[in-house]
Amino acid sequence: MFKRFNSKEDFKGTTPIKSSIQRGIKSKLVETFPKLEHVIDELIPKKSQLTQIKCEERIFLYALNGEVILFQHFDGPVVPSLRLIHKCPDGFPQVRVDRGAIKFVLSGANIMIPGLTSAGGNLPEDIGKDKYVIIMAEGKGAPAAIGLTQMTAKEMIETNKGIGIENVHHLGDNLWKTILD
Amino acid sequence: MAEVETPKITSFLYCDVCTLPVEYCEFSGTLKKCKAWLKSTHEDVYQKLYSDSDLASETNKNLNVAEEPIEGEESTKLTKEERRFEREEAKRMSSKVYIKTIERTKRKRVTTVQGLDAFNIETKKAAKMLANKFATGASVTKTADKKDEIVIQGDLGYDIFDYIAEKFKEIPEDNIVVVEDTKSKRK
Repeated sequence: MFKRFNSKEDFKGTTPIKSSIQRGIKSKLVETFPKLEHVIDELIPKKSQLTQIKCEERIFLYALNGEVILFQHFDGPVVPSLRLIHKCPDGFPQVRVDRGAIKFVLSGANIMIPGLTSAGGNLPEDIGKDKYVIIMAEGKGAPAAIGLTQMTAKEMIETNKGIGIENVHHLGDNLWKTILD
Repeated sequence: MAEVETPKITSFLYCDVCTLPVEYCEFSGTLKKCKAWLKSTHEDVYQKLYSDSDLASETNKNLNVAEEPIEGEESTKLTKEERRFEREEAKRMSSKVYIKTIERTKRKRVTTVQGLDAFNIETKKAAKMLANKFATGASVTKTADKKDEIVIQGDLGYDIFDYIAEKFKEIPEDNIVVVEDTKSKRK
């Protein structure tokens, strides 16, 4: 999603958000990622002020303390950026790809099912379709990317071919590199 | 899942060179610089990551990933990223900064500076510095091919040349070209 993304100059506007909206965002996050319930207040403190940044193509970024922690496309779900995910990787559903796939994931490629079902990979069976999962790498502790599942885990195991997860945001992409003043 | 464990808050060490977590430096294309930085700042992490060659070689057995090979092959096997980096450096060496004077209304002239962004210089900041130094107005505009150009009021010519050469040491003097404007020689 962030291929032709921006440098700071492409930001169309920055506004602080009302705390009621901020609460709404937090509760939606907890809804999507239930494990975050107890830590969400540490990650996004209640008294903090999130800023919303409007970008091209109806993309909104939400920043805290100069770091982009969330993003949203159109009116879609608010997705955590890797900066936030790195603070609490266990709060999100995880899959793992084997070593050979890491290079491709880090250049934005989608994740093919064989990378998840092979020896180095890991794919929990209870993952559904159209869910956001974080992609860990074999042998690494930090998540490499966050993606959207294209089919349920069971279907992935059955077919074992094709695209399993769409790569939405990965380490080293333009969103990762965006640092705000 | 009766017990939901509260997930821990973690933080990772990020490499200053490639901005990725240090364990991902091998994919950054700047592994050598990353390693040098890590060794000088966090020696203990460096030891853990890069002296553990047994682990690395084991997982590499069946893969095509170009991990850092042993010393002998290092010089001959440049990874794709390193080659790309070198190409960009060469391009940077050959890219030039153009300083031109253009005529505006009556006897007014402006000086334009093009090509600074090839050297990773923030044009807005540079424009401000130039405006302060020469006590005139300066602005940043985009030219036809999406490049940034600084427009400074007044005919400054070689003064700008000296200033850029002095302030931005990254740009070698040979790469700054002052384009002579024939009209201004009217006087």
